Formats: sequence, C-alpha cells, structure tokens
Amino acid sequence: MSSITTREAPRGFSFAEYMTCLSGIVWREGLRFLHQRERFVSALVRPLVWLFIFAAGFRQVLGISIIPPYETYILYEVYIAPGLMAMIQLFNGMQSSLSMVYDREMGNMRTLLVSPLPRGFLLFCKLLAGTAVSLLQVYAFLLIAWLWDITPPPQGYLTVLPALILSGLMLGSLGMLISSGIKQLENFAGVMNFVIFPMFFASSALYPLWRVQEGSPYLYYLCEANPFTHAVELIRFALYGQVNWISLAVVATCTIVFMIGAILAYDPSRGLARRGPAGGEG
Amino acid sequence: MTSPAPIAEPHGTPRAEAAAVPALSIDDVSHSYGPRRALMDVSFNVQPASFTALLGLNGAGKSTLFSLITRLFGIQSGRVGIFGHDVSKSPGEALRLLGVVFQPRTLDLDLSLTQNLLYHAALHGIGRREASARSAELLGRIGLADRAASKVRDLSGGQMRRLEIARALLHRPRLLLLDEPTVGLDVKARADIISHVRQLVTEQGIGVLWATHLFDEIMPGDDLVVLHQGKVLAQGPMSRVITEAGAQDVNTAFMRLTGAQTMPGGGA
Repeated sequence: MSSITTREAPRGFSFAEYMTCLSGIVWREGLRFLHQRERFVSALVRPLVWLFIFAAGFRQVLGISIIPPYETYILYEVYIAPGLMAMIQLFNGMQSSLSMVYDREMGNMRTLLVSPLPRGFLLFCKLLAGTAVSLLQVYAFLLIAWLWDITPPPQGYLTVLPALILSGLMLGSLGMLISSGIKQLENFAGVMNFVIFPMFFASSALYPLWRVQEGSPYLYYLCEANPFTHAVELIRFALYGQVNWISLAVVATCTIVFMIGAILAYDPSRGLARRGPAGGEG
Repeated sequence: MTSPAPIAEPHGTPRAEAAAVPALSIDDVSHSYGPRRALMDVSFNVQPASFTALLGLNGAGKSTLFSLITRLFGIQSGRVGIFGHDVSKSPGEALRLLGVVFQPRTLDLDLSLTQNLLYHAALHGIGRREASARSAELLGRIGLADRAASKVRDLSGGQMRRLEIARALLHRPRLLLLDEPTVGLDVKARADIISHVRQLVTEQGIGVLWATHLFDEIMPGDDLVVLHQGKVLAQGPMSRVITEAGAQDVNTAFMRLTGAQTMPGGGA
C-alpha cells in the first residue's frame, strides 16, 4: 500500500495506553458490580449456606483424617472452605460470561470490541476485571468464615492471593470460552447444569479424593482430571502457605489453553463470531 | 442556549491532502451467513467531509456491512479500508480513526453520562485528565452538561442518541458511522441529531456514513448508496442517482431501482 502517500504512518500503542485501557475496563467492571448489590449478596449467601448448613450437617458424617496441607485433625467446615472459595470463583466466572452474552446481545460488547487495541488484549482485560470482582467476593467470604472459626494462618490470606488470581483467570477463561458458543441467552441455564454442578461435585471441594477412591475408582479418575479439583487444591495449599505443584501446573496449563481458546473463539477471522446472526456455517 | 464551541480539529491532517484517500473504501466485499448471502460484491467510497447516505430497507445488509467495517465480523472476501488502513491487516490504526453509533443502544444504563464517556476514552487509551476535559466539552456541546452525573437510564431516547454520538467523537475520529440512528425518536430529536451530524461534516471535515431507510433524512448535496438485498444498485451524488433512475425524487428513484411495490415506512 505504499502507493497511498497521504496515509499516516502506523503509530501503534504505547504502554501507557494499554494500562489506561486495562484500568478503565477493571474500573467499569467494578462499578457495574457495585450497582448490582443483589449479585454481591447472592455471591456471598451461596457459599455461606454451604458453610453454615451443609457443613454443619455433614460434620458428623464425614471424618477428615490428617491430609496435607493440614497438620492436625480439622473440622469439616475448615476442609470445605477452600472449595467454597473456588465455588465463588466458578460462579463468578460463569456469571461474567453470562454478562458477556448479555452484553453482546445488548450491544455493550460492541463498545469493547471496537476499541482499536488488540482484541486479545481487550478480552484479557475483561478476564482480569472479572477476576478482580471475584477476589472481592472471596475475601468477603473469608472474613465471615473467620468469624465462624475458620482461621488459616494470617500470612495465608496473602499467599492465597496469587492462587486466587490464577484460578479466577482459569475459570473466567472457561466461562468466556463457553459463552462464545452460546447464541441465545436461555441456553445458559443448561451451562449451569452441565458445567457448574458437575465441575463442583466431581472435585475435591466437598470431600477428599481418597474417600472418593474408596467408593468409586472411576469417579476418582474423573475428579483427578477435573481442572476445578486442581483450582481447589491450589487454593487449599496456598491458604496454608504451601504450593501444590501438580495443581499449579494443571491450573496454569488450563488457564493458558482456555484463554487462547476463548480469544480465538472471539477472533473474527477464525472464530465463532464469524457465523453471524444466522448461525450457519459452524 | 450558548452557541456550540467547535471541537478541536480531528487528528490534524489538512483536509485537501486527506481528500486523496477516501475516508472509507469498500472494495468488492461479499459476506455470507452459511448459504445465505448477505452482501454481494459491494464497492463504494465515503470521502472526507462528506455525508454519504446508505439507503436500504431492513435486511438489505446495512448492519452486516457495519459489522464488517468495525471488524466485529471477519471479512470473508474483499477489502475495507479506513483512510487507507486495511481493517483486516491493521485494525488498530483503522479503528482509531473511526467513530461508530450502532443501531442498538450500547450505553451502560446504570452508569452516569460521564462514566460512560470515561470508559470509552479508556478503551482508546486516553488518559483520565484528558478524558475528563473532553467529556465535559462534549457534554456541553450536546446540551447535557447539567446531566453529567445522572444515570443514563434517566435520559430520553433522543438524549441517549446524542450521548452515543458524543461518545463516538471522544477519540476524535475522522470517519463516523451511524446505523439508523434516528429510529424510534420523535420529530424534534430526529431533526436535532441530523443537524448535529451535518454540522460535524461541514465544520470538522468528518466523513459520515449514515445508514437509513428514511428518505427525508437525505439532502440534495449528499452522496447516496442504494443497497438492496446485499447488492449496490446505484451510487453517486443524489441528483445523479435520481436522474439515472429517470425519476423526480429519491422515493421514486428507490422504488424504480428496487422494484419495490410498497413504500418503506416514514418516507417524506
């Protein structure tokens, strides 16, 4: 295109422009979250119901032996707390993706996608913003859990942060990947049933896997293959200042795979968006 | 009302020089949704400082074309250029010169007017201080300065559209696309928006592509592109399109060209 002489030379984007964009997207996501109080309340009530009612009821049924990272016998409430933290992030990731489907239908997604910055970066910002919102929810939950005598070591509140960011990104990317495949809003109810519940129950969130193995070896393998199990274990170990390297590797790999998948699925030249309103060629 | 202060010159290229490159060039663009062909070999240009009306009935392919220009959909065949920047090859450079108002509303209803504008500015990498100054200036220009802190939800339809146009201008684009921006508005709000956009063309040299199915929004000096069932049936200055169709007015010309039996709603 060198024949066009009056065209301005491409000037690209500066680091400051990228950062302005990132902080703008996180800021807007935060504002939207604050405006949706009922979303915050339900995000908190859900794990608290599990903690106060389910865990209290199961305390007598399920004995937890001493397994890493715990050094003493623990109450069942203490065992499921990391699973509930991951559950908050799972719901938030899916909810963010719901909002992306909703946004796309309402046209708000267009506002984001006509930004001149690279689309992959925009979607990454969106994921980070969703993760930031999930962190608010998780720490609010941890505060209430602390009042309920679930007291991990003080430094655990800090060491769990990187684990939460990574697991938040993984679950957010998964949600985004799934949302790329949804054309109609009502299909999302199916995603809840087919993604959230199986992922949550076939994991180490509610019961240690050695117990599952006693019952059904197949279910055990399924749980081991479930990325959500590894998100839970990563958070569980990090909350006690330890690193579960296998879980870290699985979660990191899944984050990268899901994120690339989600970004490609949104890419207009290759992905699902190309199918357009009629939804044909797929 | 105070007379509107002119907004700073868009990007700064002298107008005469810029005229060498079309603001928007569509070359042989086709698009299909599976077996259904939405656009067939569409080609036309929009010049800087011109008002080009894209006239077509609902389903003619206008919104598909807009999705291709804004890179929401991948371009299957053909080429779209914005001031010479290929939308597929260098989308960043192309999109930063483009402002767009989509047909469905795309504002955050629960955020304030200013917050909506600041969010858009951030998406274009415009720093907070600069963004605040530009937002205040544009809100003043569209007569909504006193509503800056209100929620968008509380605005009327016409005010929302004006806000969307202000938002599209925030990053000082040189090409503005509007997809049926007056649908659902009352007569006064329509007239306000049309005169505002025409002012942008004459005062700031912005190239405008205005998609519509309403004949009375087109004026004699405009360029016209008639799109029907995915094909461009006629294009050029309005007077020429009417003469070539052997008609006296746009309405008749459009009906002759498309063979339409009934008039689209809302015509003059």
